[in-house]
Amino acid sequence: MEAPLDLSNVTFSYGDGELRRQVLKDVSLSVAPGEIVLLTGPSGSGKTTLLTLIGALRGMQEGKCRVLGQELLGAGEADRVRLRRRIGFIFQNHNLLGFLTARQNVAMALELHGGLNDTARLKRAGEMLAAVGLADHADKRPSQLSGGQRQRVAVARALVAEPGLVLADEPTAALDRASGQEVVHLLSDLARRRGTPILLVTHDPRILDIADRIVAMEDGRIIQADAAGH
Amino acid sequence: MDHIGRPDPVPLSDADHPARPRAGAMDALGLALRLAWRQLRSDRARLMTAVAGVMFACVLVFMQLGFKGALFDSATNLLNSMRADLFLMHPMTEASFRPEHIPRARAWQALADADVAQAVPIYMAQASMRNPESGRRRTVQVIGLDVTANAVRFEGLAPLTAALTRPDTFAFDNRSRPEFGPVGEMFAAHGPFRVQIGTRMFELVGMIDIGPSFGADGNAVMSEVNFRRIFSRDPAQTDLVALRLRPGADLGAVQARLQALLPDDVLVLTHPELVAAERAYWENGTPIGFIFLFGSVMGLVVGMVIVYQILFADIAGHLSEYATLKAMGYSNLYLSGVVLGAAIILAVIGFIPGFVTSLFLYDVVAKGTFLPLGMPVERAVGVFALIFGMCFTAGLLAMRKLRDANPADMF
Ligand SMILES: Nc1ncnc2c1ncn2[C@@H]1O[C@H](COP(=O)(O)OP(=O)(O)O)[C@@H](O)[C@H]1O
Ligand SMILES: [Mg+2]
Repeated sequence: MEAPLDLSNVTFSYGDGELRRQVLKDVSLSVAPGEIVLLTGPSGSGKTTLLTLIGALRGMQEGKCRVLGQELLGAGEADRVRLRRRIGFIFQNHNLLGFLTARQNVAMALELHGGLNDTARLKRAGEMLAAVGLADHADKRPSQLSGGQRQRVAVARALVAEPGLVLADEPTAALDRASGQEVVHLLSDLARRRGTPILLVTHDPRILDIADRIVAMEDGRIIQADAAGH
Repeated sequence: MDHIGRPDPVPLSDADHPARPRAGAMDALGLALRLAWRQLRSDRARLMTAVAGVMFACVLVFMQLGFKGALFDSATNLLNSMRADLFLMHPMTEASFRPEHIPRARAWQALADADVAQAVPIYMAQASMRNPESGRRRTVQVIGLDVTANAVRFEGLAPLTAALTRPDTFAFDNRSRPEFGPVGEMFAAHGPFRVQIGTRMFELVGMIDIGPSFGADGNAVMSEVNFRRIFSRDPAQTDLVALRLRPGADLGAVQARLQALLPDDVLVLTHPELVAAERAYWENGTPIGFIFLFGSVMGLVVGMVIVYQILFADIAGHLSEYATLKAMGYSNLYLSGVVLGAAIILAVIGFIPGFVTSLFLYDVVAKGTFLPLGMPVERAVGVFALIFGMCFTAGLLAMRKLRDANPADMF
């Protein structure tokens, strides 16, 4: 089976001319089906940049990057938009739409896909919210939820459309210890049950236990790839 | 891939079957509109501001068009009510309140055509008339003509012809502005009474129907002889000649023959042509049309700025949410659709109260000024199109702010 994510020799620079700064150097990385990979490293080492490239949020410059069967080097805007629909994103901030309920927010991830009507979408969004323990909060707006609950809604939104890959960038950074742990464990449990691979950037040493593999970056390079104990 | 534990086995097209068609364009449009509406609805104060802005523009445009229409309608009230078959007018006459004189002899020359049964010179001038109640004077349009000839058929004139042939008598326009006093009521209650026109006392002998115009607040019709008692004018010069044709005469043919027969100091016009020429003067020969156009455009600009501000602030205040939607795979086009959808919703929900308010104001104005303010369907449709275009443009302008929502900045 093809790896959901396969990078080789990805190099990336910001800026032009004098200001040009290389932030990724020859990065190669692959994630196997169902694998949960944690990416760590000091601030400024290029983790976020790598994630935006993989998520087709930024144009590639050099190297090969195959995500869910789509080569990203030279891919057009339409292809990249289409690929994003098959990736679940979890950001540091939840970025939920304040004027929608939790259920409607989750359903937004389904509206991009055909095959379901509104009722079915809302039903499935409700089930997903139940799966992250928010069955009783489905019809609340983000402002009525705690930080941890909002991030769980974001997890539900990332997973509801059954993405082929989940990308998360420091999803616990804005949360306290307990809710951070809870969110990450929920995410890894759900993903594992569905066989969804995850690439998760974190600084947080307390959540390393969820990983199949930990990849460390420094100064734009991958310096070490450890298999984590399971 | 391991599928156990999925909440629902229904597959999703993009994830599992890339070949299956995506949600239809109509679905997407409906969803974009719904999202736009939910966003608008979430902030009542902002929604109200936007609706008020659209409503304001709508009312302003309706009032401008209403006044313009009423002005042009009322400007032609007098000529419109002079029903005759053909008219002779000086080619340089621009408007009936300031006519160029034509030789009265043209009327008799026109009689040379076998199909012309009657030729009636019409004299027009303005004088002041004293309000019989308050004594105040207002400008009245005085029309002098041979009242016994029935070439000119003013509403209500026929039964008054005998009385009007007496010296110092006149008929007054029932639809004149109320500043002339309750002339109609007084006449209905007490019959004929004396009113001062210019420096002479005249006896009011009846009421007719013409309607005021911007040039004059009311109309007084009298015989040619009585007319000359107010205005000392060369009797050989007249302002307009009304012609009555023999029954069965071909209007177009007579018009062409007369135009060929008469010198070019007169134009031969049908009644609709005469009215159209008068209207064209007000529309094109005066800045009035431009003033109303300017007022309408200002209303639209103000409305557009308000709608733009609201839509722009909505995007600017939710850049990270829009960027998140882009990261989730919502296209720029879809999100542009959401912004335009919001603009269109504002157009619709702003137009409805704007329309109702305008109808109400039309009524108030019609009662207050006696200007005929009607709401023709074309005007309602046209204003809706303008408001729609206004909101759409505001949406197009605000949409550019979406570019600042960059999903790459989200992580
Ligand atoms: N949009 C950008 N433009 C220019 N430089 C950037 C941009 N984003 C990040 N950088 C720089 O690239 C380097 C890597 O940043 P980033 O990928 O965010 O690292 P990390 O997520 O590991 O902290 C940093 O030095 C940062 O200053
Ligand atoms: Mg980072």
